[in-house]
Amino acid sequence: MPNDAIEARNISKIFGQGEAAVRALDNVSVSISQGEFFTLLGPSGCGKTTLLRMIAGFESPTSGQILLDGADVTELPPNKRPVNTVFQSYALFPHLTVAQNVAFGLQMLGKPRAEVAETTDRMLALVKLDQMAGRKTSQLSGGQQQRVALARALAPAPRVLLLDEPLSALDLKLRKEMQIELKRLQHETGITFIFVTHDQEEALTMSDRIAVMSAGKIQQIGAPRDIYTRPVNRFVAGFIGETNFLAAEAANGRVTLKGGGPTDATVESGRSGAVTVAIRPEQVRIGAPGEGSLPATLRDLVYFGTDTHCYLTLADGSEVVVRLQSPASGDVGLEPGAEVGLSFAPGAAQVLGD
Amino acid sequence: MANRAFSVSRLPGFTVTALAVFAILYLPILTLVAYSFNASQSVAVWGGLTLDWYGKAWANDHVKDATLRSLTIAVSASLISTTVATLAALGTTRRKPFKGQTFIYVMINQPLMVPEIVTAVALLIFFASIKIATGYQGLGYLILAHSAFCVPFAYLPIRARLEGMDFSLETAAADLYASPWQTFRHVTLPLLGPGIIAGSMLAFVISLDDVVITEFVKSGGQDTLPTYMLGQMRRQLTPEINAVSSMLLALTVALLTAFFLLTRKKTN
Amino acid sequence: MANLEDRQDARSARNGWLLSTPALVLLALAAVGPLFIMLVYSFLVPGKYGNVEWGFSTDGWTGILFSRDIFDDTVKLADAHLTIFWRSIKLSLLTTIFTFAVGFPTAWFIATRPPRARPFWLFLITIPFWTNLLIRTYAINEVIRIEGLMNTILLKLGLITEPLRIIYTDFAVFIGMTYVYLPLMVLPMFAAIDRFDMRLLEAGYDLYATRWQILRRIILPVVKPGIIAGSILVFVPSLGAYVTPRVLGGGKQMMISNFIELQFGQGRNWPLGAALSMLLLVVVTIALLIYVRYANRETSHG
Repeated sequence: MPNDAIEARNISKIFGQGEAAVRALDNVSVSISQGEFFTLLGPSGCGKTTLLRMIAGFESPTSGQILLDGADVTELPPNKRPVNTVFQSYALFPHLTVAQNVAFGLQMLGKPRAEVAETTDRMLALVKLDQMAGRKTSQLSGGQQQRVALARALAPAPRVLLLDEPLSALDLKLRKEMQIELKRLQHETGITFIFVTHDQEEALTMSDRIAVMSAGKIQQIGAPRDIYTRPVNRFVAGFIGETNFLAAEAANGRVTLKGGGPTDATVESGRSGAVTVAIRPEQVRIGAPGEGSLPATLRDLVYFGTDTHCYLTLADGSEVVVRLQSPASGDVGLEPGAEVGLSFAPGAAQVLGD
Repeated sequence: MANRAFSVSRLPGFTVTALAVFAILYLPILTLVAYSFNASQSVAVWGGLTLDWYGKAWANDHVKDATLRSLTIAVSASLISTTVATLAALGTTRRKPFKGQTFIYVMINQPLMVPEIVTAVALLIFFASIKIATGYQGLGYLILAHSAFCVPFAYLPIRARLEGMDFSLETAAADLYASPWQTFRHVTLPLLGPGIIAGSMLAFVISLDDVVITEFVKSGGQDTLPTYMLGQMRRQLTPEINAVSSMLLALTVALLTAFFLLTRKKTN
Repeated sequence: MANLEDRQDARSARNGWLLSTPALVLLALAAVGPLFIMLVYSFLVPGKYGNVEWGFSTDGWTGILFSRDIFDDTVKLADAHLTIFWRSIKLSLLTTIFTFAVGFPTAWFIATRPPRARPFWLFLITIPFWTNLLIRTYAINEVIRIEGLMNTILLKLGLITEPLRIIYTDFAVFIGMTYVYLPLMVLPMFAAIDRFDMRLLEAGYDLYATRWQILRRIILPVVKPGIIAGSILVFVPSLGAYVTPRVLGGGKQMMISNFIELQFGQGRNWPLGAALSMLLLVVVTIALLIYVRYANRETSHG
């Protein structure tokens, strides 16, 4: 498979021994294509950083293999792998200047002086830091340090760039800017990016594909749109965006809500009995009582500016959140206590795997 | 202090005691220095300012000899102990705890735990038989003994520096194609520099100040500055000793000030 | 084949040992190893002109407490030795107690300075800590000797008519040791007080405690680990003190170290000297072990 820049095969990692042993990665397999912007997304402790460090060569798997361009690099030390990392803490060398930091990798590779200088200049220009070349890294702002770390990792033109939550230390505005910047850099360099984050919005806006991880396992791999609209299980649905989980009954390939009517969600013909249906808050419409497939009582309304969140209670006491786009007047025309009927946008209701 | 009315941390008599302690701590040292400039032989009489005693000390061949020997030993011991301590610090920090690590700690810190007189006697016994066996009487014994008891003093600041160092920097270097040796040469060593300098300075001061072990290990005519001074104190006291003491004191204080500035920079 | 992780761990451990080897060799050769030789020597027969003769004897050890009469060969308790041991222990304890009495207020004073002034006061304590012990002892000698500063001033003021004879007494040794070991008491106590949460005092006063009760019921129990550390750090070197009793005790008011030295000089009894050194080592090790156990218990609680 020549298209795969990186492939992880059946990777497991166990920290500690005996009863204290922790399984950080549990038989993880993933293939990442050349030129892809691939994101490992999950809560802290899910194993995403461990997997990243394994690709970089800082950790070795307890079992399994790492392949780079089809070749097994599992036992290759980090300094022999054409893979570079942007560290969460940036890890800029405090005793070197900005330019010396960027040149470091090229010098270690024994590149000729002229080439080192030329590439360093080009990289500094790429991250718009050409004015700062002679500064000490401690004199830079957080955003500038971030750019130096990027330039330093990109300078040796690695096959794969690994980014370990690189934006987590920046404030919101800067983070938004850097997200765009990162996409631009990836586009310009054509290098495969593997990005680790726990921020689902960051993952959705930047990635070509996302692997959602939890408890050492990959829960789902797919394009952002697929992950959001077709989560395979409760974890993925709950971790990415807000979701309502509704109890339902499956029979003959059709799904009927508990305490309500049928939905257009489909289920494998063999499956029957109790299932969970996931529906995004913005895919629910509120109508008059008796309309739609689910009766509910409006409990509370909270105005959020662009939209208004409606909190409703079902007959069995469970809660549903609905997100309505606020109209020009700001008033959605509903009062708490109102009896309503809920209907779902076509194709929005999803039956979860488990 | 904003609140004069009631300070919770104030305890009666503590401030007075503390200030008295500081005064008493410095008074004798200042007296000693002051009398090195006293033109009169006697402490009882202030005969005006003079630098004569420094001149006398400078012209004294015994002092010159002992100073040179002290410096030779201190420089050698500092170099040797710092080298082995740097290696040991690299070997015992920032790696997965391994079997025998505690043993290494205990060995390295042993000179801090054993009373000097005990080490001195043990070395006297050990070196006496070597002296008989080999006939060698040189400075080597003193250098070896000093190097050994300086190890923990060199080791501690280097280890502290290593532990305070950001591990991810070396990870980053490895990521950027630096071999382990290149990582050490270009990242670890430059960052470790202040720790190594601080350690070697501490070792130097400790070696320079040693009395007990030197007194027992030295062969005839191998006086260092402190053992020479100790010998003189038995005899007649002249302000010449004050002059020598003051010079040694000045050197120590200068080195220690530099040491504190070096180690403090790290925390900034 | 062991897996990659295990091989990496093994390599890391091997490198750890390899890097530590030069230091270990140096210390084995010139610090730890000779202690074992000394232990052997304590069981040998003293040579006529110093050193030892090869032959097993426990006289070195029994000589610690008993002496053999050279004329009738009877064995009796060696009073002179006991006097020296008692002086060593008495002076070390007194030094420990007195350095605590004045060191505690000093440590408290430093710890309660405004944060910006604290390093300055700490530096003032640290300077004597690192300066040459011999010079500091000599400085005390300058103050307390017969024609020293103190007597000169007191005579001039007319407070005394005869100079005070302090030098070459136990009291002189006590003054000297208190002076030179005081920083060893202050520094660990400062470290403990520095971590002390001053809000505890507010809570104490809030609950009607007097200043004395605050000190006794809150401060002292909380900073106890620092007090223990300081006490051990003063007691251990006091017990093994050599320079101070030699300079201020004038060769007569011997402490155990000077007594040990004597065995390698005029005493010409190396086995006794070796046995005495071993004894001192054992006592000091026990003191340090008590401290380590105590410190460990404290930290596991906190």
